[in-house]
Amino acid sequence: MPEPLRVNERRVAVEARNISKVFGTGEHALRALDDVSVGIAENEFFTLLGPSGCGKTTLLRLIAGFEFPTSGAILLGGEDIATLPPYKRPVNTVFQSYALFPHLTVAQNVSFGLEMLGKPRGEIEARVAEMLKLMRMEQLANRRTDQISGGQAQRVALARALAPAPKVLLLDEPLSALDYKLRKEMQLELKRMQAETGITFIFVTHDQEEALTMSDRVAVMSAGKILQVGSPRDIYDRPAERFVADFIGETNYLAGTVQGVDGGRAEVLLKTGGRISASYSEGMTPSGEVTLVVRPEHARAVEGAADLSGAVEDIVYFGTDTHIHTRLDDGSAFTVRQQNSRNAVLPFARGDRIGIVVGDDAAQVLRD
Amino acid sequence: MAREPELAARQAHRAEIRSRWLLSAPALIIIFVAAVGPLFVMLAYSVMVRGDYGDVRFGEFSSEGWFNVFFQRDIFDDTITYADAHLSIFWRSIRLSLITTVSTLILGFPTAYFIATRPRHTREVWVFLITIPFWTNLLIRTFAMQEVIRNEGVVNTLLQALGVIDQPIQILYTDWAILFGMVYVYLPLMVLPLYASMERLDFRLVEAGYDLYAGRFAVLRRIILPLVKPGLVAGSILVFIPSLGAYVTPRVLGGGKNMMLGNLIELQFGAGRNWPLGAALSITLMVIVMVALLFYVRNASRSGATGHG
Repeated sequence: MPEPLRVNERRVAVEARNISKVFGTGEHALRALDDVSVGIAENEFFTLLGPSGCGKTTLLRLIAGFEFPTSGAILLGGEDIATLPPYKRPVNTVFQSYALFPHLTVAQNVSFGLEMLGKPRGEIEARVAEMLKLMRMEQLANRRTDQISGGQAQRVALARALAPAPKVLLLDEPLSALDYKLRKEMQLELKRMQAETGITFIFVTHDQEEALTMSDRVAVMSAGKILQVGSPRDIYDRPAERFVADFIGETNYLAGTVQGVDGGRAEVLLKTGGRISASYSEGMTPSGEVTLVVRPEHARAVEGAADLSGAVEDIVYFGTDTHIHTRLDDGSAFTVRQQNSRNAVLPFARGDRIGIVVGDDAAQVLRD
Repeated sequence: MAREPELAARQAHRAEIRSRWLLSAPALIIIFVAAVGPLFVMLAYSVMVRGDYGDVRFGEFSSEGWFNVFFQRDIFDDTITYADAHLSIFWRSIRLSLITTVSTLILGFPTAYFIATRPRHTREVWVFLITIPFWTNLLIRTFAMQEVIRNEGVVNTLLQALGVIDQPIQILYTDWAILFGMVYVYLPLMVLPLYASMERLDFRLVEAGYDLYAGRFAVLRRIILPLVKPGLVAGSILVFIPSLGAYVTPRVLGGGKNMMLGNLIELQFGAGRNWPLGAALSITLMVIVMVALLFYVRNASRSGATGHG
């Protein structure tokens, strides 16, 4: 028997192996997924993040069984399920539109999956009561689904999908229809749910903030490929590609030439003259001309000369922090974000020449 | 002085009511003259004495017409027995109409489902194709059906040529022929309302059903059927009511002997020269339809299906 795959020492719940999905044929063929491989651990909150059309929902639908892959395998607990219909997969989905059954009550919606599994009546009733309690919806059990609010519908959809205790729960942008405040609440709620039930969550979103705050790991997708998989911190601090850096948060780019590589760090001579040490992701050997990425809050603006130098173009006050927009000597733009405190006053003003300290652990070499 | 505006307002209100009545008058007149009026005429005819050459003797009342709907008096010894012939025609009509409704449902449901699941622009083409039979007169279509199923017709000739049968199968002038004819004629009336319901069906709910371990049959029974129920009810009503009173199809395809209610009523007003009986039969038919409708609609609405979503 082959060794079960592990991610960070945890057993893998779902694995996509070289998955491709092509819609249509001939000229109109659309490659929604292009040789995607990823392993998702048990009890993990895993997020597929990307812009619309990147293939994240397609990957989710392949795991659910609503679509079948053109090639590749989907393994659930080590077993290939790629050809099983959705009703034979121990996987449940929370749909973007919720897709609650309008002819059934809240409680009937929640019990649907259990009934279909042929559970005994007593067990169903107990489980439905338990789910409604978990969602704090006991009072609404006999309401019709058009008599509840959007946030409540969201909870019912969640309860319905969790009731049969699936091995994996798929969530297709479930929060996108909620207003900002409710969304924040539900983010915490989902996190709580995941911790309490111990079920693997695979969450699809195009909202980077949502992805960073909720996930154990994030896969950033674009044009049918997974560009980078890692913890939110990894993805944010050490983006491997320009798309990832761009898609998540604000970013500065610096051009430079690699002078040497040593122990996972590259010595880079910047185009503006400075020389800094930058990290790079595993599996690449940076050489020649490269682009470095530096997050605005990882750099510091100082008086006098530093790693970089430039002129202050604008200073924007944001309450918690201040954005200092500068123009570097080579003409490129660079933004520094500095945290505010009550007494500190910036020692420079618009038009002044300043230095920018990047430091040795702020820059990351991008893959081409 | 202060009263004037009040008075003017009241007059304006009255004028408005008057104009409303005036505007709806044409419709009301048509409804009364064409629908309610004739009903009362029928009711009146059903309780009068039959004329010797048809018609009735005005002013002479008798319960004979209604009596004859259900009972018959032996011409020799005046013993009273149930009117078996009438009752069996009632029964045959109801049975054939029910079978027709169920058959159109079985054939129409997949058809409507098929159309509703096509891409939007091709759906219109399919709906258009469904309505094509309406372009030809019912009588002509029924005679065409006769050509298809008669002993020397297309079906029998083809089956004989293929060696499936040696002797032609007698289809024409049987209840089967009536059934075929009615299913053919009323099928579009089932497909169209079913399609209208299914087109509004949110197929993401079907996906949600599959996701929650419901197989194909369970999804059909637990999700699709309850949601398209309004179309199902409408289609069944549209098929059941006209089949119960069908006249042309049983006459042309069933021959003389396999009568249905429509033909029985026609017989009383025609060759039978028993207008009170004909009128009483008509009203009985109407009552059956109404009771069936009430029963069906109430039953359908009680299970709480709503069409939206």
